[in-house]
Amino acid sequence: MSELSVNHLLGIKYLTKQDIQLIFETADHFKEVINRPIKKVPSLRDITIANLFFENSTRTKLSFELAEKRLSADIINFSASQSSVKKGETLIDTVNNILSMKVDMVVMRHPNPGAGVFLSNHISASIINAGDGAHEHPTQALLDSYSIRERLGEVKGKNVVIVGDVLHSRVALSNIFALQLQGAKVMVCGPKTLIPKYIDKLGVKVETNLRKALDWCDVANMLRVQNERMDISYFPSTREYAQQFGVTKELLNSLDKEITIMHPGPINRGVEITSDVADSDQAIILNQVENGVAIRMAVIYLLASKIKQ
Amino acid sequence: MSQKVLLNAKEVNIILHRLACQLIENHNDFSNTVLIGIQPRGKYLANRLCKMLREDYKIKNVELGQLDITFFRDDFRRGDKPLEANTTEIDFVVENKKVVFIDDVLYTGRSIRAALTAIQSFGRPDEIELLTLIDRRFSRHLPIQPDYRGRQVDAINDEKVKVNWIENEGEDSVYLINK
Repeated sequence: MSELSVNHLLGIKYLTKQDIQLIFETADHFKEVINRPIKKVPSLRDITIANLFFENSTRTKLSFELAEKRLSADIINFSASQSSVKKGETLIDTVNNILSMKVDMVVMRHPNPGAGVFLSNHISASIINAGDGAHEHPTQALLDSYSIRERLGEVKGKNVVIVGDVLHSRVALSNIFALQLQGAKVMVCGPKTLIPKYIDKLGVKVETNLRKALDWCDVANMLRVQNERMDISYFPSTREYAQQFGVTKELLNSLDKEITIMHPGPINRGVEITSDVADSDQAIILNQVENGVAIRMAVIYLLASKIKQ
Repeated sequence: MSQKVLLNAKEVNIILHRLACQLIENHNDFSNTVLIGIQPRGKYLANRLCKMLREDYKIKNVELGQLDITFFRDDFRRGDKPLEANTTEIDFVVENKKVVFIDDVLYTGRSIRAALTAIQSFGRPDEIELLTLIDRRFSRHLPIQPDYRGRQVDAINDEKVKVNWIENEGEDSVYLINK
């Protein structure tokens, strides 16, 4: 197997186990590349990629841009705040305008779930979903699994708990799909108000007691509380959330094993995790960021290799 | 499909010893020289030569690396088959060193062109040489020639030269395969 089964990366649920394996193996090579004195390869010098961000993003956009540049692709950036979207242009018109400039691949973040799937039915370029509403964020899930594989040897058989605001999180959904596909067991943990109603239908365990969840898991992926997406109050106060669902060094030390702590960023220090946890050896948060570039290089490279000349 | 033996195990062994001696002639104790096998097939030859230099010729400080050229190839998106990458392992400095590229068959020269670009990611070598076991002359697409060659072969384009190694294929031999 040396080719992906898909032409777009719209979500983890469209991938096979072999696809993930291939992405990881390719990312291993790119991780070596980005640690060379000169961190660039010329593979994609005849590919143009448009980064379309209809929603704010800093780290994902930087990570994608860096991955594209390390592969020598030409890139154009677009953000909705400075564009004609505000003048009433439709998504297809916006994208078709950009594609007329001979763009081969589109990296898109959009506030509406399914925007990538919708677009893939209407345009010919390869699409990478960089987050669509509360639906999926496939590259984040891939880099999370890749980081687990790097730290613990393999993903299969591991117990992973996703803690926090699962309701508003595309990272959670993509992670559930990716981890289950690779044979890990998944649990979600958080205030009942932030756990989606039918999440157990996906085959994940649900736990509202953080201590019990941490006792069970090998890896805890701490999600950020997305205050900006909360239209109503889901818990009494940030302080109460931190007391119930925040991971502290004392809590970790009281466990009878050493678990791995992950966080997709940006961290609210003192809310989901305390500073001493975020900066400890148990946390692989910065490894996740480094792996993010390698994973995105792998995804872009593998999709680009399917674009025929 | 028919095949013809170009070199048998004994001949391969004699040639390897000659190549090792030629390397020693030019690089003395290898204090300023590094050997780099070109992935995927050059690493077997590089490993063998390195072992020979260390064990048979008692040269202690031979440094050996492997270079993968997949991301530097000029046929990305042009073939039917997707390109598969291999491991690169260069855990030493190549800056100001003499580098010897080692590959099993020199054919069009395009792999070596890619390797010449790829090695620049690791620094600026003082000089680069090329060693190949088989040199398929008359089939070059680029002006690239080996500095050390095992055997020169006149093969037409329909023919394939296959180098086998005992650690991988169970025997040391070189075949000319008629497709």
